[in-house]
Amino acid sequence: MNRAVRRVAIACLLLFAALLVNANVRQTVLAQGYRDNPGNSRVLEQTYDRERGAIALDDGTTRTLIARSTERDGRFRYLRSYPSNDLYAHVSGFYSFIYGATGIEKAEDSILTGDDPSLFVKRFTDTLTGREPRGGDVVLTIDPAVQRAAYAGLRGLRGAAVALDPKTGAILAMVSAPSYDPNSLTSFDGTAIRAAYDGLTKDPANPLLNRAINQTYPPGSTFKVVTAAAALADGRTPESQVPSPTVLDLPQTSVGLKNFGGESCGGPTSSIAEALRISCNTAFAALGLQLGAQKLRDQAKAFGLDDDSLTVPLPVSASRFPDDPNPPQLAQSAIGQFDVRVTPLQMAMVAAGIANGGEVMSPYLVQEVQAPDLSRIDLAQPKALSRATTPRVADELTTMMQAVVDRGTGTSAQIPGVAVAGKTGTAQNAPGAAPHAWFIAFAPAKDPKIAVAVLVENGGKDGSDATGGRVAGPIAKAMMQAVLKR
Amino acid sequence: MTGPLGDASLPVLAAPVGRSAVEDTLPPGRTRRGTELAMLAFALVVTLVAYTAVGLAKDGQVPEGLLSYGAGLGGLFLVAHLVVRLLAPYADPLILPCVALLNGLGLVLITRLDNASDENRRLAGKALLRHDAPTQLVWTGLAVVLFCGALLVLRDHTRLSRYGYLSGALGVGALLLPLLPFVGRNINGARLWVRVGPVQVQPSEAAKVLLMIFFASYLVSKRDVLSLAARRVAGLDLPRARDLGPVLVAWGASLAVLVFQRDLGSSLLFFGLFIAMLYIATERVSWLVIGVGLFLGGSYVAYRAFGHVQARIDTWLHPFADPQGASFQLTQSLFGFGTGGLTGTGLGRGSPDKVGFAVKTDFIFTSVGEELGLVGVMAVLILFALIVERGMRASLGCRDGFGKLLAAGLSFALALQVFVIVGGVMGLIPLTGVTLPWLSYGGSSVVANWVLVALLMRISDAARRPAPAPVNPGLARAALAEAHTTVIRR
Repeated sequence: MNRAVRRVAIACLLLFAALLVNANVRQTVLAQGYRDNPGNSRVLEQTYDRERGAIALDDGTTRTLIARSTERDGRFRYLRSYPSNDLYAHVSGFYSFIYGATGIEKAEDSILTGDDPSLFVKRFTDTLTGREPRGGDVVLTIDPAVQRAAYAGLRGLRGAAVALDPKTGAILAMVSAPSYDPNSLTSFDGTAIRAAYDGLTKDPANPLLNRAINQTYPPGSTFKVVTAAAALADGRTPESQVPSPTVLDLPQTSVGLKNFGGESCGGPTSSIAEALRISCNTAFAALGLQLGAQKLRDQAKAFGLDDDSLTVPLPVSASRFPDDPNPPQLAQSAIGQFDVRVTPLQMAMVAAGIANGGEVMSPYLVQEVQAPDLSRIDLAQPKALSRATTPRVADELTTMMQAVVDRGTGTSAQIPGVAVAGKTGTAQNAPGAAPHAWFIAFAPAKDPKIAVAVLVENGGKDGSDATGGRVAGPIAKAMMQAVLKR
Repeated sequence: MTGPLGDASLPVLAAPVGRSAVEDTLPPGRTRRGTELAMLAFALVVTLVAYTAVGLAKDGQVPEGLLSYGAGLGGLFLVAHLVVRLLAPYADPLILPCVALLNGLGLVLITRLDNASDENRRLAGKALLRHDAPTQLVWTGLAVVLFCGALLVLRDHTRLSRYGYLSGALGVGALLLPLLPFVGRNINGARLWVRVGPVQVQPSEAAKVLLMIFFASYLVSKRDVLSLAARRVAGLDLPRARDLGPVLVAWGASLAVLVFQRDLGSSLLFFGLFIAMLYIATERVSWLVIGVGLFLGGSYVAYRAFGHVQARIDTWLHPFADPQGASFQLTQSLFGFGTGGLTGTGLGRGSPDKVGFAVKTDFIFTSVGEELGLVGVMAVLILFALIVERGMRASLGCRDGFGKLLAAGLSFALALQVFVIVGGVMGLIPLTGVTLPWLSYGGSSVVANWVLVALLMRISDAARRPAPAPVNPGLARAALAEAHTTVIRR
């Protein structure tokens, strides 16, 4: 029997040899293909085993971490935490095991995980020296003082506030209210995460929505700045007279267009500057009819409306000017009603464009990308997005907007010793609903350091009595002061 | 085939069967039990280091059960060693440490998968399941007790051949048990389980050992008939039609298992095993040809007739065709092996639990591949290969036909089982579910395979035990040359 036993023994060895060869092929030659297969979630999960880079703010003196990875015990070694809780929630977003990532956590994921090609050399040397690879850090443009001012002003309300550095486009503040605590979505306690997420998605106030960039609203009277810009670019001057009746007869309809509260604008005609100061609806509606839809839309586009591809690097919802309005719709559109829809960021860009001599800078949140050893990998380069208007028109608009704050509808944003330019808005949105309160502004008027847009949904606590000046103005003022005090 | 312990210069003693019966015998006193003890200690250390690694990966702490776990496992190893030292002192010293290491590693992997289950259920907000590792440790204890018991009761393996038909009847009965109403349990589409009170048993594991005892005793008693009476057709010695009976019975039985229990793996195992033992007993290639022919024919019929067989083959051919459906487990298993790569993710740091159902049983090898990498895969396969080949060596050295056939059969069964399941989860052959001996979770499997090892150790002990020394070797040799052929020792 021994001959047969020997042969069977050899056959067994061949079976094991086949297994070994198969294992070698699959775990070396074919391994990368298995790793990269989109159905393989293991590699994704391994990112929870690597220290993710931090999201930081840096005002030149102190470095504040708004998102960081802390080492823990367990299957996933790093827990994402947000030391400022809900203050920066819509900027940082969250990085959740179950619900994925949002905000900067999503937009800058490749840097934060360390997979970005720009971190390759670092990664390579880490591998050589046996150090554990770590993600890069992302430093934001957010100014904590401005952010806090906006956050405090919007507490308890629904709305949003955005502040820009008009000269660079750097986003100094981005607040959406109500906010949420990203920490509640990033633990490894599935029950708690699901409960928290359910609560957030079922909340009618929709706290997860970033109202500053992902929700559009009718801009109301703040849009008159755009109409005024179109008129000035069309050859008119701030002193050009336009009809300003108490009720403007709209063509093709029996319904007239009235002023806020049915008031008169102080005479049958009024200058453009005066109409802006007291926010006269009939004058700007008439101006819109005179200019026509095309010129209005071109001007709106020059400020950044109808741009579907804007990212900061969070994707921004496009603001819209209606496609083909008939005359009554055009008249409504000229005062920021009908189907004009803008994000708060868009209105901040309008203010910033005027503040910057007519040039709209591309808004951005990421100031700097750093390697794990804090060496700089990338620094933001401000760049122009579009030329909205000429320096002369921008100058004229600035003067007109200063008058709004000095002695018009926007006096609530006055800052002692500083020339502030601004424009209020009180936007009708739904029948019976209280209007949205808007305020856009920049300061100092002659050498602007900050441009802001504030929106408070449905007039906030003041309800139907609300006006942009009363509700949104003080928030805008506090945000500007935070920068100017320095 | 001369091993490290073989010594061809030993005097050639009476060797009724085979030419190399003596090359593995040892002089009295060289039992190598000390070597076995040292290697067992090494196996224990490796196991405990792995256990610690799992704990560190879980919560950064040395697991609190390390001492009791180490003491329990170490105690079991020690008991097994002492019993072998006492009752089978000449048994191969390599087999027990290899088994111990595999069993220890299995417990570590099950612990690790228990942790993954906890983490997943916590994440999903579900109640935690009872851990399987402690249960498996209890089963291991029982298995070692039965291992010792088998060595104690069975002092001479040839006595087993007397119970050939009884074993066969018990084996077939065990195999059919799950089909009975009331006790049989249908789990995940296969009727392989028997429930006795709170305990689930998979009797096919015990049937494997019982049937092998039957095969060995039957084939040894009939080997002359099976190998001599033949007709030569086209270069092959074909057996007489009536001698084909047992093969056809085995073939039919394994097909029946396949059909009624939907257990592809076990039927493949039984059939392959029987053919191999038939070949060893008769040394006739014709049996192999007939066996392979029947296997191919049966496979083809099964492929055409049964949807689940067809599905297995299709999944094997196209593992990525339906990654969320039919081929989910195989796909995830291959992902695991790929992600593990050369050195693996480290114990407790991968996601072998993604395979889902049967991750602790049929797919346990995926955990080895993902977390210990190609290095671990090769180490585990080599451990199995060592056990198999040491078993074959016991067969070669054994002086009686029954022991020879049984040892070779047990070893081959082990090799084939490892091949079927490891090849299955790694996409080498179509996946059929059988357990991976000692690594997989499951009491029946652990117990049956420890008893299998007890039989191997018993035969190995007999094979390596020095034959009773003649009073005068020279005289004995001279006398032997003139003597009639007689059975000197059985």
